Amino acid sequence: MKIYGVALLAGCFLIGQIMGSYLGVLIGINGNVGGVGLGMLLLVLVNDRFYRTRQMQTETKLGILFWSNMYIPVVIAMSSILNVKAALTGGWVAVFVGIIATGACYFIIPFLSKLARSTSKADQQ
Amino acid sequence: MSGVEIIDNLLIKNGLVFAFLLVGVLIWLSDLASKKLFNKRIPGVAIAIIVALILAYFGGEKGISDYAIFSGMALLGGSMLRDFSIVATAMGVSLSDLKSTGLAGVLSLFIGVTVTFFIGGTIGYFMGYTDAVSFVTIGAGACTYIVGPITGAAIGATSELIAISIATGVVKTIFVTIITPTIAKYIGLDNPQTAMIFGGMIGTTSGVAAGLAATDPRLVPYGALTATFYTGIGVLLCPSVFYLLMVYILGGA
Repeated sequence: MKIYGVALLAGCFLIGQIMGSYLGVLIGINGNVGGVGLGMLLLVLVNDRFYRTRQMQTETKLGILFWSNMYIPVVIAMSSILNVKAALTGGWVAVFVGIIATGACYFIIPFLSKLARSTSKADQQ
Repeated sequence: MSGVEIIDNLLIKNGLVFAFLLVGVLIWLSDLASKKLFNKRIPGVAIAIIVALILAYFGGEKGISDYAIFSGMALLGGSMLRDFSIVATAMGVSLSDLKSTGLAGVLSLFIGVTVTFFIGGTIGYFMGYTDAVSFVTIGAGACTYIVGPITGAAIGATSELIAISIATGVVKTIFVTIITPTIAKYIGLDNPQTAMIFGGMIGTTSGVAAGLAATDPRLVPYGALTATFYTGIGVLLCPSVFYLLMVYILGGA
């Protein structure tokens, strides 16, 4: 049944959120640290476990895949509710800082990924 | 009640359902435009996102959802469904890919926050925001629009500064959303490993998610996974270590 997949997803999501909130308290931030990421890790582990022992029921999987596919429409809806006006009226400081500081990070990505590739190769040897 | 009012009320009452319809039509039109006008050079998703951003401009603080009739967009695009569907994308993630990039992913988070903070703060410095509190608040805003205001509030920044830092974070999100599909091939952003590093370096979950969605939807979960830790690390570092460091360098407290 599809609802099993949706429920499994909801479980991973909520446990991740709870863990993220505790992590936030633990390091002294009043907020959620990586709750979404932790939920994703949980789902990856659960999925991997199912894959090894017995195949997850197709219907169950479809329940999760539906929400996974809803992701793009959700992102489009999200773009339509951003405070775009404020971003443009925040003055030139906001525009310069936002673009230049971010642009610099794009330049660093190739170096880091080259580094990651060489270290993971070294691990294998 | 007039006919228009009846429809108005109905659409407001069923806001989420109306949002499904709106987004569906928007994606359909964008796909059509992508095929007919741009010869598929610009992906339909990217067009839809840009149109959505333009629509948001005509709204207010919460974009287009400030109009009651579009309030359902805030539910569909709000943090609950956003995070829920991002977690769902983890179904496409392979455990071995995660393991092989784990360390680089973590490293990219710290490098990303640090580089963004200091470059952001420095640009602010040269544009006249020279004291430690301004430096830190603007630098934190360059991380994400959540790190900025939390940091600003923690170190006693003025509301004008906090507004600038939020605006900086929103500019970043929009910039990342628009620029990522264009720049992807130049930075080798076509595999899970690089996507994880990208998520860690850039950090704005909304921007990373939207940017990757328009680049290659299969990469979304990898980027989102690391990006969701970015704001937490930014909030951890900016008002503490970085603030103390900047007070030491620029003076004042």
